[in-house]
Formats: sequence, structure tokens, C-alpha cells
Amino acid sequence: MARITAGVATSHVPAIGAAVDLGRVDEDYWRPVFAGYEWSREWIAQEKPDVVVLVYNDHASAFSLEIIPTFAIGCAESFAPADEGFGPRPVPVVHGHAELAWHIAQSAILDEFDLTIVNSMDVDHGLTVPLSLMFGQPEAWPARIIPLAVNVIQYPPPTGNRCYALGEAIRRAVESFPEDLDVQVWGTGGMSHQLQGPRAGFINQEFDKSFLDRMTADPQGLRAVAHPEYLREAGSEGIEMVMWLIMRGALGEQATELHRHYHVPASNTAVGHLVLVPGR
Amino acid sequence: MAGTDEFDDIPGTVVFTGRQARKGYHLNQFCMSLMTAENRQRFQADQSAYLDEWPLTAAQRQAVLDRDYNAAIAEGGNIYFLSKIIFADGQSMQHAAAVMTGMPAEDYRAMMAAGGRRPDGWRSVKEGS
Repeated sequence: MARITAGVATSHVPAIGAAVDLGRVDEDYWRPVFAGYEWSREWIAQEKPDVVVLVYNDHASAFSLEIIPTFAIGCAESFAPADEGFGPRPVPVVHGHAELAWHIAQSAILDEFDLTIVNSMDVDHGLTVPLSLMFGQPEAWPARIIPLAVNVIQYPPPTGNRCYALGEAIRRAVESFPEDLDVQVWGTGGMSHQLQGPRAGFINQEFDKSFLDRMTADPQGLRAVAHPEYLREAGSEGIEMVMWLIMRGALGEQATELHRHYHVPASNTAVGHLVLVPGR
Repeated sequence: MAGTDEFDDIPGTVVFTGRQARKGYHLNQFCMSLMTAENRQRFQADQSAYLDEWPLTAAQRQAVLDRDYNAAIAEGGNIYFLSKIIFADGQSMQHAAAVMTGMPAEDYRAMMAAGGRRPDGWRSVKEGS
């Protein structure tokens, strides 16, 4: 049977992708950002997950204002890096796991989570920057990736509580898949940041650090954090953090933190990163 | 819109509600068109002519031509859509963020390097906190 072996949370700042692509990771500005991922890269090289369910948000790349799915699961065989306005990132094509993706879609929908099924989709920095952070620059990504896109741009995004419950449904789905697979769930985006208006550059380290603590110490309390609190306390783009709760819900009631990294800034954003395993 | 009025109390912030999305639909869809190299070249070659192809309001059109992102957001633009213009100009998101705050780019960069804009004074218009 398939099983969920770990959860990873990470920011997905586009400038991090540019730093990787342009070979700038050893510059003074970027070194402390990437240093916090060295442990994780060694860890994942040992873990060798077969599949990653990668929760991220599309940033007006695959989805315009024409169609805005709240939760969309990528069921295609592969996903090409999107041209976000400066040409596609020079990273490998992302290979999906269509069979497991369809299984999750069927299981979750019958479990009353009405996912949108996507059979053709380019993937932007929201998905590819976490891959670069965790896997570096390989010729091909060393795991199959199931993209799970969450709307966090058009208000309202799904609630944190709904995200957590979807994570629980994903766990049930994975555990009912007959193939022997190690599956990780990644929650990406955040931490505090605001990219717009006179308040741009907003960072709330206190909120971020508390959020990192509560991912293991008080996940049930985190489910109740409402949108106005994210917007006010974590910046208008910090609301991406609801996506971390899908990962957290997939790990079960208890989780243990193996690794943590927090650094300000990467461009306009606070970078947060956790590696969690189910159980205590 | 129900439950969104309290967003007006968050200083210097426009939440991308349904109301904003309706107002900015064509502006944001114009931005999406800049996702191909061909359209980016056409846009940069004759911005005015390119914008004529889109049913923008005068205020939206002027905001794009002026690269006044705060005005574009007030007119229904969303920053992730507007980023297509920023990238077409070869600019970074950090540069655009600095422009929106009215700070010189180097001052904004220094603020971020020092830990970013602190929350105190930027939480609530009403409470000034």
C-alpha cells in the first residue's frame, strides 16, 4: 500500500528560482537562504520519495481570471514549466503520477472534496522553486510530482480548516492506493509578505515563528486562523500559508519536526521551511 | 461584499475581492496576454496600439502606460497579473514593490535586508497600530 512518509513546507519565492538559474546561490545575499536547505537535500536524497503531492498556487500562469478553481489536481503525465513573462525556467519537465493522481481525485471527490481535474497545465515558480530548493539542479526531477493547485489569489481562498481537512482526505486516498509507494506531501508559499501597495515589504517575524511552532504544537488551533488575521498579520500575500495546512492535515494528528529554517529576506518575502514526519 | 469591509482597515492594502476582479477583468486579462514572447515584443514596440486591443478604462490604460501599479491595483489590477508587465519591462518584483511604497529602490532593499517592514503601525487604520 502507499503511505505518507513526510511533509515539507517551504516558501516558493520566484527570485529564489532566478538565483538558482543564474548561478547566484553562493552570493552573500543568497547564501543564508540556501544554507537552510542543505540538511533537507541530504535528507531527501536518503528518503527517495516515489511521489510528491506538491501543494502550491498558480500565480496567473495556468489560470487567468477566466476559470479559478479553488482546488485543482494535476492528473496529466507531465507538466511543462510556464512562461511567466520572462521565458520558462530552465528546469526539467515535471513528470506526474497520473494513476495515483486520478485515484486521489476519485477518492477525495467521493469523500466530498470537489477537486477540479486538470489534464493540461503548465506549472510556474510556485511549483518549480520548491523542487529546486529540495533537489538542486538535476537532469530530471528524482520523484513523480502530483501538482495540487490552490487558489489563494482571488479572495476568498479556501479556509485553513478546509485545507487541513483536504489534507486528511488526501491521506485516506493515498493509504487506499494498492501500489507500494512512499509519498510526501509538500505545502508551499509564505511566509509573511506583501507585494502590493504602500505596505509592500511587510514582514511579521513573530507571526511566522509562532506559525512554525504551531505546525507541530497546535495544528488544531492553526485551523481556526481566519483570513482577516492572515491578511493583517502576515501581509496580503502571506495568506498562501493556508496551503501548509493541507500538508499538515495529511500527516495525521501528531507530527514531529525534523528540521526548520527561517530567514528574512528573499526579495520581498520571509522564507520559512519545515521538514515533518507523521507521529511522535 | 459580506465580510470584506474590514479589509478597508488594513493600511496600504487592496484585497482582491470579487468587486476588484469585476472592475479589473480586462486589465488583468491584458496582462495575461504578455505571457508569450511575441506579445511582449508587440507590446513594447507600440504600447498604445497594443492597449487599443483591450477594452480598458481610461484610468486603467493610463496606469499601465505610467507603470503606476498602485493606480492599476485601485482600478482592479492584481499584483500577480501586473507582474507580467513588470517582467516584460525586465524589472524585478522588488523594484516594483519599492515603486509602490514610494521609496528609492536602494532604501527599500536595505529595509528588507534589515528584516522588512515591521508590523507596528501597519495593522489597522482605525487603531493606528
